[in-house]
Amino acid sequence: MANVHISISAEPIFNLGPVTITNSMLVAWLVTGLLCAFAISVSKKVKSTNKPTGLQNFIEAIIEALYGMVAGVMGERKSKQVFKYIATFFIFILLGNWIGLLPGVGSIGFIEHEEFVPLFRGATADINITLGLALTSVFLIQYIGLKNLGLGYLGKFFNFKTPITAFIGILELVAEFAKILSFAFRLFGNIFAGEVLLTVIAFLVPIIAPLPFLGLELFVGIVQALVFSMLTLVFMQIATISHAEEHH
Amino acid sequence: MPDSFVVGLTIAIGGLGPAIAIGLIVGKAMEAIGRNPEAASKIQTSMILGVAFAEAIAIYSLVIALVLRFT
Repeated sequence: MANVHISISAEPIFNLGPVTITNSMLVAWLVTGLLCAFAISVSKKVKSTNKPTGLQNFIEAIIEALYGMVAGVMGERKSKQVFKYIATFFIFILLGNWIGLLPGVGSIGFIEHEEFVPLFRGATADINITLGLALTSVFLIQYIGLKNLGLGYLGKFFNFKTPITAFIGILELVAEFAKILSFAFRLFGNIFAGEVLLTVIAFLVPIIAPLPFLGLELFVGIVQALVFSMLTLVFMQIATISHAEEHH
Repeated sequence: MPDSFVVGLTIAIGGLGPAIAIGLIVGKAMEAIGRNPEAASKIQTSMILGVAFAEAIAIYSLVIALVLRFT
């Protein structure tokens, strides 16, 4: 196993003042840039028509499918509030997962201190990026809850009517922090494990054998993007239901 | 670096529970599709979500095993 290059953390590639830039950060910015450029170029061409063609048709199909998913869980009224977040999570994570499968990602790099450092690394194969996404998601869940229920939302965590409700409040508070960890580790673990699997298989049998695993990783990428956005959506839905409504 | 034996055991024991869970989830989903084939697409979506939940538990121990092995 001496020749297999696997690093569990993203490698630093250069320093920008006091900030160290890692290869995962570079790819995450690349994904963000690509998505922004794509969105801007499409939004210039979009016209109001009943028969969209080409690129507009493609984009409308994606947006409609995502909106259908969100509206199915949240209902029409509330889904307008959360659709933008869910769609952004889904598209960004999907691209971040899939970009790690491109040839060149993980294999183009340079030698530093007699050790190989890849220039690119899958965006979501870094615990820092998935932790950032998880924090954003959990923060947004609290924001949507507060926006819909006002200060009554905090009653879920701080309720001192009886000792039992006070204890349940503590449990709910712990559950919010557990969400952050579970979001971050699920995404990171799946994507990083996929990269390790591909590296090891390519090391054992370099020809043909990695192909079915590449297909599997494409599937895992889309499922994990779906799971992350679906869970955020379901938690947001739960956060917008007040305790009084729950019992009916 | 710990013994390779420990690393192997971490993922072997950690994978045991989720394996049973995924078997149960998929088995029940197949049963449901058999009873009501029209609802197959709906059942599949929630089945994949449930499987991903169960799989996440295995992934935790996988992360631990990878950390033990590669750091």
